[in-house]
Amino acid sequence: MKRVAKPVFFIVALLIIALFCTAVFGVYGQYGDRRDTYIRGAADIRFGTDIRGGIDVTFGPVDSAENVTGEQVERVKNVISQRLVLNNITDYEIYADTTNKQIIVRFPWASDEEDFDPAAAIEELGKTAMLEFRIGDETEVQEDENGDPVLDEDGNEVRVPTGELILTGDDVDSATALYDNSTGQSTPVVQLRLESSGTEKFSEVTGELEGTDETISIWLDNEMISNATVNDHITNGVAVISGGFSDFSEANDLANLINSGALPFSIEVKSNGVIDPTLGDKSLEIMVMAGIIALALVSLFMILYYRLPGFVAVIALIGQVAGMIACVSGYFGFLQSFTLTLPGIAGMILSIGMGVDANVITSERIKEEIRAGRTIDGAIARGYDSSFWAIFDGNVTNIIVAIVLMGVFGPPSGLWATILKPFLFMFPPSTTGSVYSFGYTLLVGIIFNFVMGVTASRLMLKSITRFKCLRKPWLLGGERA
Amino acid sequence: MSKVKKEWNIVGHKKIFFGVSIAIMLIGVIFNIIFGVSLDINFKGGTMIRYSFQGELDEEALRASIDGQLDEDFELTFSTGDPAVQTDEEGNPVLDEQGNEVMVPTGEAILTMTEAMSMETQEALDAALEEGYADNRMTKITSNSLPPSMGQQFFIKCIVAIVLASAFLLIYVALRFRKIGGLSAGVMSLIALLHDVLVAYFVFVIFRIPLDENFVAVVLSILGYSLNATIVIYDRIRENRRIMSSDATIGEIVNTSINQSMTRSVNTSLCTFIAIAVVAVLALVYNLSSIVSFALPMMLGVVSGCYSSTFIAGPLWVCWKERKGAKEKKSGKKAKA
Repeated sequence: MKRVAKPVFFIVALLIIALFCTAVFGVYGQYGDRRDTYIRGAADIRFGTDIRGGIDVTFGPVDSAENVTGEQVERVKNVISQRLVLNNITDYEIYADTTNKQIIVRFPWASDEEDFDPAAAIEELGKTAMLEFRIGDETEVQEDENGDPVLDEDGNEVRVPTGELILTGDDVDSATALYDNSTGQSTPVVQLRLESSGTEKFSEVTGELEGTDETISIWLDNEMISNATVNDHITNGVAVISGGFSDFSEANDLANLINSGALPFSIEVKSNGVIDPTLGDKSLEIMVMAGIIALALVSLFMILYYRLPGFVAVIALIGQVAGMIACVSGYFGFLQSFTLTLPGIAGMILSIGMGVDANVITSERIKEEIRAGRTIDGAIARGYDSSFWAIFDGNVTNIIVAIVLMGVFGPPSGLWATILKPFLFMFPPSTTGSVYSFGYTLLVGIIFNFVMGVTASRLMLKSITRFKCLRKPWLLGGERA
Repeated sequence: MSKVKKEWNIVGHKKIFFGVSIAIMLIGVIFNIIFGVSLDINFKGGTMIRYSFQGELDEEALRASIDGQLDEDFELTFSTGDPAVQTDEEGNPVLDEQGNEVMVPTGEAILTMTEAMSMETQEALDAALEEGYADNRMTKITSNSLPPSMGQQFFIKCIVAIVLASAFLLIYVALRFRKIGGLSAGVMSLIALLHDVLVAYFVFVIFRIPLDENFVAVVLSILGYSLNATIVIYDRIRENRRIMSSDATIGEIVNTSINQSMTRSVNTSLCTFIAIAVVAVLALVYNLSSIVSFALPMMLGVVSGCYSSTFIAGPLWVCWKERKGAKEKKSGKKAKA
């Protein structure tokens, strides 16, 4: 029989403790004001809207969804993403459901805004921005019915463009930032594709203005985003805005702005949920406390009941918890961080309880073998061998459950939702993301349970029982000698 | 501790265990008839908005102000919270003449509607209430609104998902336990699973918790959990059929297998129960309703899962096998005659 060397226990245990410490505390470097994150810790976990407050919105077409294509839904998704970024909301989740023609947006409460108005923020996202192409860049002060100037929130006069209107957002198909190599030099440009509705008008105007000093300006909600002279007569509906971009990202910004104003169909809020941040503050603390208490109680039980294998099980359990935290925080480079919600934390705690199962099954087997008169090494070897398939089957059932959960409650374009699409395609996606997180923690809990509860435990127990002082049947569940 | 471990005759007493389960089911059904079951807003659609306030509030006046903003019918309920320090508009504590903080009663007003509410209406309503009840520091804490059709579709999706998961699990068990009659083993374990799902459902009914997304999470987790326990027993049965003498009846094999797995079932369930009970207790104490509706049914579902896999799935399978055996014998005799 293959022997496991004595130091293996310490190596495995130390690795687990190291994983735990780094997963919980993270690894950071501090150089003056700069803080570098080498390993993301628990503090970097992105919590769901149910914990830190936030907004869940579903947008859908105002009119019948029949004529809306999946491609258009994707475009609306891109437009909303751009609007979120323009509103300084970068920490958002957005999903397009092309089957049900819906766009789901989730974003946290803006932490630095004290009186954040969620209803206004949602309206802002869903509104059909006014994109206009005009001749010239003249503006005038907007006046109300009484002829008084209209003032904005800061008390400044509001100016509106007055040039002749050429095109609106409906006439624009898309804008793309590109590199133009035609002059032998690579310069960033924005390529504009027009709908057929705009091609003729644009051709007419560019024909008139070609070679003159008169410009065509582009306005988004009465704010000028571009102003360019006309170099060519454009007849095919594909225009290029060049010059004036110092780098590619500037051209890209303009393309984004133009696209953000060009919603392919009008959208409205289908469903919305708002959670105030004060509500979730307390719940996170409570759940963390619950997790610590649960871990402590389960550990106590395992050590008291199963002695040496119980002690090993507790180390494995700590490894499992660390693994789950790591999978959520984005500790491993190849795994993105995952939004953690209250049910997600509940799933982690549940996994603590369920996770000992592998160790319980094995420890029971070892105890039986010891009581049947086997040697210590023989009992451990047989204990692990004979319990493997029961543990395996049990975990597979839990994996099936976790996958169904993630498919049902996850984003419509997610991996699991795609797998389940043949069965669930006609149904709308979940409007909240809280249970998705539960499915995820359950899944990673099971995977780490395999790694820790089976492999790591076996190595640790085989190695630690090489120490003479620990080679006592009683420690493995035998009768007291 | 005695050297010879006494084996409990579980299979022999199966009628008692089946009886206990049927009794629990009956109690649940009776409660269900009396109380009915309500659906959470995510399933039935509509609007629910919670406002918090402090100090004394004229409930009728609030009702009237909301009525002025809404065209549709609505319901307004109130709940009282713990007294808290009175705060001014900036959120700073209000001090009395002696410089002490003033404690005032707090509460929540919960507005529900059967239809979705448009963003414009919500905005107007929030503004009207926050302004009109500024002295009460009326603020919106949560709101949720979706059209009933969307909720219903999502509810159906969840039910389909539960059926789908059950089908996948049944297929897996049938494949893995081909040698001991996988399909019958799968069907029996499914009955045990149905038992646990019903127990979880009855917890929602008896504690008057509206069925929400957590219900689906709980039901699916219990499916996986309980089946896990059943599989451990089946695994033993498969092993014992090889080891035990060929004279042993199917009842004896199953009974021995159940007994051997008993400590494991109890201990694993105990650990899971401890973990989830800690969550349930803390959630109840601090009134985290979104967690209570997860932890409480889960906690009792774990107990049910332990019970059903030990006392229902195995003995039920014995019934099936014995009946099938009897039939085969009968037909065998006939064939001889």
